[in-house]
Amino acid sequence: MTVLTAGRRILLLLGMPAVLFAVWWFATADSTDVYFPPLSTILRKFGEVWAGDRLTADILPSLLRLTAGYLLAVAVGVGLGLVVGMSRVVRDVLEPVLELFRAVPPPVLVPVIMLFAGIGDTMKILVIVSGCVWPILLNTVEGVRAVDEVLSDTCRSYGITGPSRLWHLVLRSASPQIVTGMRQSLSIGIILMVISEMFAASNGLGFTIVQFQRTFAIPEMWSGVLLLGLLGFVLSLLFRFAENRALAWYHGLRRAQRDT
Amino acid sequence: MLDVRNLQKTYTGRNRTVEALRSLSFHIDANELVCLVGPSGCGKTTLLKCMAGLLAPTGGEVMLDGRPVSGPPPGMAVVFQEYGRSLFAWMNVRDNVALPLRRKKLGKAREKELVDHALEVVGLADAHHAYPWQLSGGMQQRVAIARAVAYEPKVLLMDEPFAAVDAQTRADLEDLIRRLWRELGVTVLFVTHDIDEAVYLGQRTIILSKSPTVVQEDLTIDLPDERDQLHTRSSARFGELRAHVYEQIQRAKHHSGDTEASVPSAAGAATATPHL
Repeated sequence: MTVLTAGRRILLLLGMPAVLFAVWWFATADSTDVYFPPLSTILRKFGEVWAGDRLTADILPSLLRLTAGYLLAVAVGVGLGLVVGMSRVVRDVLEPVLELFRAVPPPVLVPVIMLFAGIGDTMKILVIVSGCVWPILLNTVEGVRAVDEVLSDTCRSYGITGPSRLWHLVLRSASPQIVTGMRQSLSIGIILMVISEMFAASNGLGFTIVQFQRTFAIPEMWSGVLLLGLLGFVLSLLFRFAENRALAWYHGLRRAQRDT
Repeated sequence: MLDVRNLQKTYTGRNRTVEALRSLSFHIDANELVCLVGPSGCGKTTLLKCMAGLLAPTGGEVMLDGRPVSGPPPGMAVVFQEYGRSLFAWMNVRDNVALPLRRKKLGKAREKELVDHALEVVGLADAHHAYPWQLSGGMQQRVAIARAVAYEPKVLLMDEPFAAVDAQTRADLEDLIRRLWRELGVTVLFVTHDIDEAVYLGQRTIILSKSPTVVQEDLTIDLPDERDQLHTRSSARFGELRAHVYEQIQRAKHHSGDTEASVPSAAGAATATPHL
């Protein structure tokens, strides 16, 4: 029974990608179009291009910048979100400004950030932060504002205040929403990682893919696109794994509420 | 022990003010178990929140051991009606009970002892590692009670704690409260809208008027100390007291701080002994 359900799940998970790959494979099998090389060629290039030096020269720097920018965005978003969510005054003062900043598409900030942060890793990390911080910030604010009144009273009457209240009540009760923001930010982070490397860079995935395109190394370029897709998929799997562990209580609670 | 003096609470909104508590005064001795009953919407929860230091009164004061209550005082525990909203869904039963103790810095061994004992006395000795949402409503409220017990309060305030559990569970929990009260030597104020509960549980029942609220009657429940669901509830005296409280609640629906002067005192009611 469990083997069957597990098999079913794997089939559902991999079925659609397999179909798409098959379509891609056969549709381009005898392609002579320079821009749409056969998938077999792309896959052959994939191993050649990414397995060697580029693993440490391009993939690793990209991932490090993504990690740094993402973690920084989480820290800033959650930290600021707590302050804004807990204080009415701060919320009233900051909300219009935040709405304005949020409306600015992060890619247009690249030239601006370049002016003061140069073209190095700092700039790329800041670009990632500038886009990732918003979903986390806004979701944290909502989560903090929605802390249950009865639970809040309970904490007060038991003298659970200050840092203890922040940790055991506010952060934990807002965590489902914080995680929602973090999930949205993850895909934004990947996009901005690539974009920031397309402007001014000497390594990284975005840089390499643009480089291939400019030198008409089309199968190599396609393999880069494939790699980015794969990367996004793996990261979201990892995220879901971590989420299922951290929010096990929340999913359980939801299930319990649905059943009654 | 616990003194409520001329307590007033008026809510001020944008366009209107609502006078919830007109002027309330009563006294609770140490180790008493007092029930507070009144018609729906009479400001029971407002009163309890003021007593717990969770809400600032507009006038008057609450004194605990001679000191005015200006915020949640140490040594006081509150059990709320909404058990589902007063437990930490992200903590298991054990951690829920243990969290308020951390601040007391009692040491690991003592903390463990208190938590174990509290869960034992409420009958949850085998549910330490369950999450609240895995338990039935009655069991969740037991967790909240265990948390209060482990906290070793001098005063336990309960805000309609059994209003949301089924009748059989409720009877069990009522007996649990009586037992805990006697074993722990704690002062209990039990707010309820259930007349039977108000008579069955306490040594005294304070009957409130409708809003704006005043104390309508302070009634001594002269039932024997040994109570059980079957015999106490079928005794003649229980019936008389119940009828009396019922009448008073009916009267309370029309009686408030505004009509006080025109309603005759209930002190002389034939079926009850007024508390002096």
